[in-house]
Amino acid sequence: MAFKVVKPGLSTTIQDLGRPGYFHLGIPEGGAMDRFAMRVANMLVGNDEAEAGLEAVFMGPELSFEDDTLVAVTGGEMPILVDGEPRESWTSFVVKAGQVLSFGFLKSGARIYIAFGGGIATPSALGSRSTYPIGALGGVEGRAIAAGDVIPVGKATDMTERSLDKALLAPVETPVSLRVLPDLYWHRLTPASQAQFFADEWTVAPEADRMGYRFRGGAPMEFVARDQPFGAGSDPSNIVDGCYSYGSIQVPGGQEPIVLHRDAVSGGGYFTLGAVISADMDLIGQLQPNTKVRFVEVTMEQALAARTARRERLDKIRAALG
Amino acid sequence: MKTRYSFGGDEHVYVEVDEEMSLEAFFVALSLRNAVAEANIPGVTEICPANASFEVRFNPDVISPDEMMARIKELEHKAEAGEKRLDTRIIEIPVYFQDPWTHETLMRFRERHQDPEATDLEYAARINGYDSVEAFIEAFHGQPWFVSMVGFVAGLPFLYQLVEREKQIEVPKYLRPRTDTPKHTVGIGGCFGCIYSVRGAGGYQMFGITPMTIFDPTQTVSYLQDFMVFFKPGDIVKWKPIDRAEFDRIEAAVKDGSYTPRIAQVTFDLEAFNADMASTNAKLMEALNGV
Repeated sequence: MAFKVVKPGLSTTIQDLGRPGYFHLGIPEGGAMDRFAMRVANMLVGNDEAEAGLEAVFMGPELSFEDDTLVAVTGGEMPILVDGEPRESWTSFVVKAGQVLSFGFLKSGARIYIAFGGGIATPSALGSRSTYPIGALGGVEGRAIAAGDVIPVGKATDMTERSLDKALLAPVETPVSLRVLPDLYWHRLTPASQAQFFADEWTVAPEADRMGYRFRGGAPMEFVARDQPFGAGSDPSNIVDGCYSYGSIQVPGGQEPIVLHRDAVSGGGYFTLGAVISADMDLIGQLQPNTKVRFVEVTMEQALAARTARRERLDKIRAALG
Repeated sequence: MKTRYSFGGDEHVYVEVDEEMSLEAFFVALSLRNAVAEANIPGVTEICPANASFEVRFNPDVISPDEMMARIKELEHKAEAGEKRLDTRIIEIPVYFQDPWTHETLMRFRERHQDPEATDLEYAARINGYDSVEAFIEAFHGQPWFVSMVGFVAGLPFLYQLVEREKQIEVPKYLRPRTDTPKHTVGIGGCFGCIYSVRGAGGYQMFGITPMTIFDPTQTVSYLQDFMVFFKPGDIVKWKPIDRAEFDRIEAAVKDGSYTPRIAQVTFDLEAFNADMASTNAKLMEALNGV
């Protein structure tokens, strides 16, 4: 089984749930930015949730199928077409051999996820098929898909069409709130600057990708005065190069916060003021440039409660689709 | 040294052994990192070491963040008593200083630099008190460097110069990071040297380029067939200046599989190093003779 890439879209990559275990060498976990959407797409086609699918950002690909394939599209809202006929999102449907899957313009969100019954069957690298272009790992020869690529798909176990009750999806709020646990190098900021970070409204900058999301529009940060430690570098935002957490927020020069995401650099010399909690990482993957965002301070208890709520939502969906 | 513990969201504990860089802090961080690994704490998914810090990633569904942090803190006494000795290797890394590729790149990003009128080498030589670029290059490669961290991107080593602190070269990073750096660029930012393992963004001052591949996802390079990443923390590097002809020869040899890096097994003992840096370094470098 296979499908052929007619048009690749903007930057469409093969992703699964990532390759944990190599961050200590600078190779990030990677995998779907919006894990929730990737998992549900796989559930809808009867796959294991860890199977590989496609992640397309802002623009969908055009794919032509060589065999009858069960397909589901989740994530951002983008019209889905099979030979020009509309299909539902968060619903699986059969694309017949010879038919073409294509997409209209993005209506909301930033990324769509396409799952295929049987899962994408490209070779895995370090335990994952996820594409990490900087390290030329996974995907198709370590890169995004390109016109003419023929992507192999595994053997599907069932062709049952399923549909998700959209009431089970989390409601989308505006402005978007990203919950942050302040810590790490939070003490480097003055109390006034700490308060300002949470008070300001930020917008997603154009420099927003799988490695990190940059935000602008808030006030520049003020640092607690100190003699810079040896080896850190002279800027007050510099530290002796340390490890970065997934979701951690660095602010080079105190100017524009960057939230590190799935393809994060593993370390570096900028202070980090805390991290976006694990429950809100998926949400970042659906933010378009210019989206208005507020960072909301939470405690560890609140972070863990949000994590539990996210897991329970997935459990409910599993039960509904299982 | 004062160890500081913090949370990176709900999935990471970040342990900073010291705010400033020193080999003492590196060794305490390494011992504590090893103690955490040996303790087999349930829920730990990965441990990432850095220069003077490390980070533990864990699954909070398995162990609560407070308990995770408490378990790491319990091990601190072990780390302080830990051995500051390492069985490791010294590797000769050929470098073509003042090469055309980093020169082209640094000219392209001059407006992001502290001194747009000078090259990165001219600037670094001047602010570190050297009369000439040649004298600065000599100081850069004369003594060995210690790999104190691997990361940022795939397999990139951070290196710490094995000389007295007052002799250590220090430079600021570019005012604004470049969007491009040639693959295998050798540079320095703060007190840390580095080799860019892949082409990409970067902020370190650029001095030269090595013909040696240090990250190979295809694992076809002869010395990277066992694993795609060349460096690990604790490795010791001796730079060897080479010219264009030598660069071309080595690059071709890496490609056709006939290149073998010069490597010798050595022991690095921090106390011995602190007691007599010159003779410790001389012994380390001698190990490369006859390889």
